[in-house]
Amino acid sequence: MGARKISRLLFNIYVAVFLAYMLLPLVIMGGAALNDSRFPSVYPWVGFTDRWFVELWEDGRMWVAFRNTIGVALAVVAMAVPIGTAAAILINSVGGTARSALYGFMIAPILTPGAVIGISTLLFWNKFSVPAGLHLSAIGQTSYIAAFVMLLVLARLQSFDRALEEAALDLGASHAQVVRRILLPHLYPAIGAGAAIAFFQSVENFNTTLFTRGTYDTLTVYVFSRVRSGITPTINALALILVTITIIGALWYEIARRRRQAHFDASAAQARREEEAEALPVAVAAQ
Amino acid sequence: MSELLRRYGAPLTATFAALTAFWLLALVVLPYLYLFENSFRPYLPVVDVGGPKDVYSLDNYLTFFESPIHIKVFFWTIIYSSIVTVLCFAIAYPLAYYLSKVAKSAVVPTLFLLLLIPLWVSEILRSFAWFIILALKGPLNYGLLGLGIIDQPVRWLSGFRSIIIGLVYTYVLFMLFPLYNAIQSLDTNQIEAAEDLGSPWWRTHWRVILPHSKPGIASGAVTVFMLSAGSILVPTLLASTTSRWFTEIIQQWMFESQDWNTGSAYAFLLMLLCTVFVTVMMRVFRVSLADIAK
Amino acid sequence: MSAGVELANVCADFGNFRAVDRVNVTIKAGEFFSFLGPSGCGKTTILRMVSGFIDPSEGEIKIGDQPMQGIRPNKRPTALIFQNLALFPLMPVWENISFGLEVRGVDKKTRRDKAEELLRLVDLPGAADKAISQLSGGQKQRVAIARALAVEPKVMLLDEPLSALDLKLRQHMRAELRAIQKRTNVTFIYITHDQGEALAMSDRVGVMSQGKLQQVAVPQEIYNHPANGFVASFVGENNIFTGQIESMNGSTALFRTNSGTFRASLGPGVTTATSAKLYVRPEQTRLVEAPPPGANSIPVEVTDVAFEGNFINIQARNGDGRTLVVETRNDGSTAVPPPGSRLTVVFDAEHAVILADETAASPGRAA
Repeated sequence: MGARKISRLLFNIYVAVFLAYMLLPLVIMGGAALNDSRFPSVYPWVGFTDRWFVELWEDGRMWVAFRNTIGVALAVVAMAVPIGTAAAILINSVGGTARSALYGFMIAPILTPGAVIGISTLLFWNKFSVPAGLHLSAIGQTSYIAAFVMLLVLARLQSFDRALEEAALDLGASHAQVVRRILLPHLYPAIGAGAAIAFFQSVENFNTTLFTRGTYDTLTVYVFSRVRSGITPTINALALILVTITIIGALWYEIARRRRQAHFDASAAQARREEEAEALPVAVAAQ
Repeated sequence: MSELLRRYGAPLTATFAALTAFWLLALVVLPYLYLFENSFRPYLPVVDVGGPKDVYSLDNYLTFFESPIHIKVFFWTIIYSSIVTVLCFAIAYPLAYYLSKVAKSAVVPTLFLLLLIPLWVSEILRSFAWFIILALKGPLNYGLLGLGIIDQPVRWLSGFRSIIIGLVYTYVLFMLFPLYNAIQSLDTNQIEAAEDLGSPWWRTHWRVILPHSKPGIASGAVTVFMLSAGSILVPTLLASTTSRWFTEIIQQWMFESQDWNTGSAYAFLLMLLCTVFVTVMMRVFRVSLADIAK
Repeated sequence: MSAGVELANVCADFGNFRAVDRVNVTIKAGEFFSFLGPSGCGKTTILRMVSGFIDPSEGEIKIGDQPMQGIRPNKRPTALIFQNLALFPLMPVWENISFGLEVRGVDKKTRRDKAEELLRLVDLPGAADKAISQLSGGQKQRVAIARALAVEPKVMLLDEPLSALDLKLRQHMRAELRAIQKRTNVTFIYITHDQGEALAMSDRVGVMSQGKLQQVAVPQEIYNHPANGFVASFVGENNIFTGQIESMNGSTALFRTNSGTFRASLGPGVTTATSAKLYVRPEQTRLVEAPPPGANSIPVEVTDVAFEGNFINIQARNGDGRTLVVETRNDGSTAVPPPGSRLTVVFDAEHAVILADETAASPGRAA
């Protein structure tokens, strides 16, 4: 049908344009890191250079910010993952109005502007004479990142067969053993994903960090202040590195996913074949 | 509670409850309450805090309502955030439909991956990228000049248009994914049935697909609006003298004036705005809070 | 080592709903006992009370003469086979089987050996390292049984374990389960809604309806001498007649129905005051040309003859338009009447039973 072909073509064009719209700015930003021009640009192209990378490497303040960012991210993971997991397990066993209420409280930080989270965190802990700093940034970020972890784990909990817990209890396991050997292994994919999400969400957080960091830098704050004060393509160099890491991570994930998919299809087919083979002799014997 | 104890025993239940309580109380509820309370107290030097001058009043809020500039900025922030939300929807919807119904299923994960790259690259870099592009001597102007569409470089970084462009780019994906999920869950047979009954494509969308996607639209709209209204990076980087964003005023109070009390009042106004928006969306689209969560 | 289970006046309430109502029964050690009944009759609730996941609202449960009040599931000498088997998907077969030993701190080598030994017992040698997803339905069943046996329970509890299997496999597994029970001599408490299964496998059967035990007896008793109307109609086929008792004479009575007045046996606890019906099994009826004098008889016209392999199922209609079912064996001893023939259905008084609809009070600890 002609109409269908045309609409398909239009869609494909739309997708291509959208992808370009999404990815081209990143290309330009990365490209400026390689251009020997004081002001980050791709045109006019002066010449290939790596001096911006060198400058980046020698930028002590950047390294401090980098270290701080990683530290905060690890702290956030260390807090958000246990909290989110515990909250998911808890809310899963609660019903009725209590569940809706708890759920509402847990989701609220996600729907709250980062600035508000940052300011309220700053004010609240200031009351206990806790000064602003990276620890406050970690706490502020955890308030909403834990919710992401909770959602992931809660979703995974839905596919958990409660009978497994009962079977383990019935066989004599203690509660701790049940959680450790039966429940948590089932949740590991969600917990792993949650940890990854927590880490990256923390690294890229800006709004909350801005208000809670005190005098400390994180990467996002550092980039922000550099852009405001006087940019050179060193920022682009940093951007290019981060984009490249992201792309490599994406490729690795895609390859792993494809391999896992192929393996899954193969073993499912195998199980089906074996099941059919088993049924035959029984059918014969029962005659 | 008894269900939990039965399932996990007392010590584990206590652990779960303690962690959850710490999160919800110390990290969420109490700080917000304190923000609210603080917004009614005057900005005082440390020695006077708790003393006779420390009375509750609406002064901080009056500062806002008596300042025509601040009211105007608040107003524009709402308007432009709404525009950004609508634009994001307009751009994302066709793509969401394509990904969930038209594209071959083998291609979809790869496409998603490509789309996720800008998301993973982080907001600051997304904003920065457009800062470069929209510069007076930037590639956009060069491209347009080169193509002959314009004959003089356009000052993109003026007024609100750069902010809108930046915000749309930065947050459009947050509209795309909820929309995708919502459309995905629609049984394709329904679309085919509508077609079979003679419905033209636009009517099928209007009467079948869009209504079904309401939770996704609400979720995406809430997310984009909240992120836009509360955005600091984009409006600051891509701003000009004629455009101010409400978050910038909050920053002023907090950092330049060090007046945390007025700052918290303004922050609370921002939070109020977002809460009102969420509630309105929930009513209009008749969705619940659970639907909005990813 | 097995133990008996005693339920004394056990009740289970869920809010206002009484799922189990004053159940009294003593299950002997080493017995294969089935609870038989339709869905919702309370048999699953009883199982969960014995295993400890639900506490009885009233009454007491004893296992091996030890009261189980307040003892948690992981401390009871029971092992439960779940309806969906609940095998741990992330562990290989041998780890599943030895899980009960693992939580008791047994070392790895001993556990592995025990798992292999049990795999031989359930006829699955060599499956130790397989993943659960690689097993067929019947194989998973056997792993579940091996897993339960590994903890050497005194009582095995089985929750409709064969309901998910197809027919051939179910019949095969019936024999398997029975054999395993005999070999290990563990007390088996089995619940099912399939009467054929219950009758074929059990030493004794407890028939349940709406939370009450209707009858506890050996399978032949249940079938040949059902205690009331519910048991009679749940187990096996019946021709059922509504009517009134006209007169009683010792153990027999005259029962008047719309199709005639018949001499029949009185079921347990039946008086002229009880609401009762007349039950005649199809295989206890015969089709004859001329009825012997004084016998229970109903003139009919044959409407349908169904050849069911070793039985012939004949449907016939009487003057009032009701359908009767007659069953004869396919051994050539009687001629098969063609549809349309006018014959008479006859049955003996001793094979026709007047039964109360439901037992007024639970049967005592008997039979």
